[in-house]
Amino acid sequence: MSLFNIFDVAGSGMSAQSVRLNTTASNVANADAVSSSINETYRARHPVFAAEMANATAAQSLGQQSSMKVAVKGIVESDAPLIKEYSPDHPMSDADGFIYKPNVNVMEEMADMISASRTYQMNTQVADAAKSMLQQTLRMGK
Amino acid sequence: MAISFDKALGVHQHTLGIRAQRAEVLASNIANADTPQFKAKDVDFAKAMQQATSRQRGVSLGGTHQNHFAIQSSLQAESGYRIPNQPDTGDGNTVDMQQEQAAFMENTLEYQMSLGFLESKFNGLKKAIRGE
Repeated sequence: MSLFNIFDVAGSGMSAQSVRLNTTASNVANADAVSSSINETYRARHPVFAAEMANATAAQSLGQQSSMKVAVKGIVESDAPLIKEYSPDHPMSDADGFIYKPNVNVMEEMADMISASRTYQMNTQVADAAKSMLQQTLRMGK
Repeated sequence: MAISFDKALGVHQHTLGIRAQRAEVLASNIANADTPQFKAKDVDFAKAMQQATSRQRGVSLGGTHQNHFAIQSSLQAESGYRIPNQPDTGDGNTVDMQQEQAAFMENTLEYQMSLGFLESKFNGLKKAIRGE
């Protein structure tokens, strides 16, 4: 029954978007985390999404796979340069008087957050529609 | 005289299956809206319907060796890639969220409509059996 697959697909979409929402939250929360060394500074992290082949052998025998779940391949740290600031009075400053700030772009993170929550909502709506379709099918003939 | 369910239910049993499959395809488009390199798909309803009603139920090839793959030709309706509205979105993703949402909603209503037709067919059968 292909309607049941929709729950898997929409569920994978929801979990992928919530991972994205989680990384955004941690990026925004750590946006002002100052450190005194370049290696200890927080770097913005982003998840990498990929389409998951539900079943490679099924895809092979059918030629095509109709439903594709979302897989979170991993979480990568941003390569953008850290912000180096001269601030000798800061208690965290290093020997040369520099502090290091994370490479988090708060504007980008906010846009990402809105996009993630919208897509999450869409997936819940899809699951909800599938649920009502199934319920109506089960009620048929009563 | 035996009741032939195939004949009594008409075309609606096939449409229901195709609608359910189309819902699945559209749901995976929506779920993969942010996946790089994902290409949106859709089911060609006319083609799928033709396939379903002409009973091309697919052929399974028998294996004569232990290493043969169990290959079955398509039981499911064919799905094709959608032609994107814009040439490139930057990450190779061709999902247009508005389009997919509208198509999914439309498909859900059409599914419910087919279900309604099927239900009235069943009600007719029931009445015939009871002799009301």
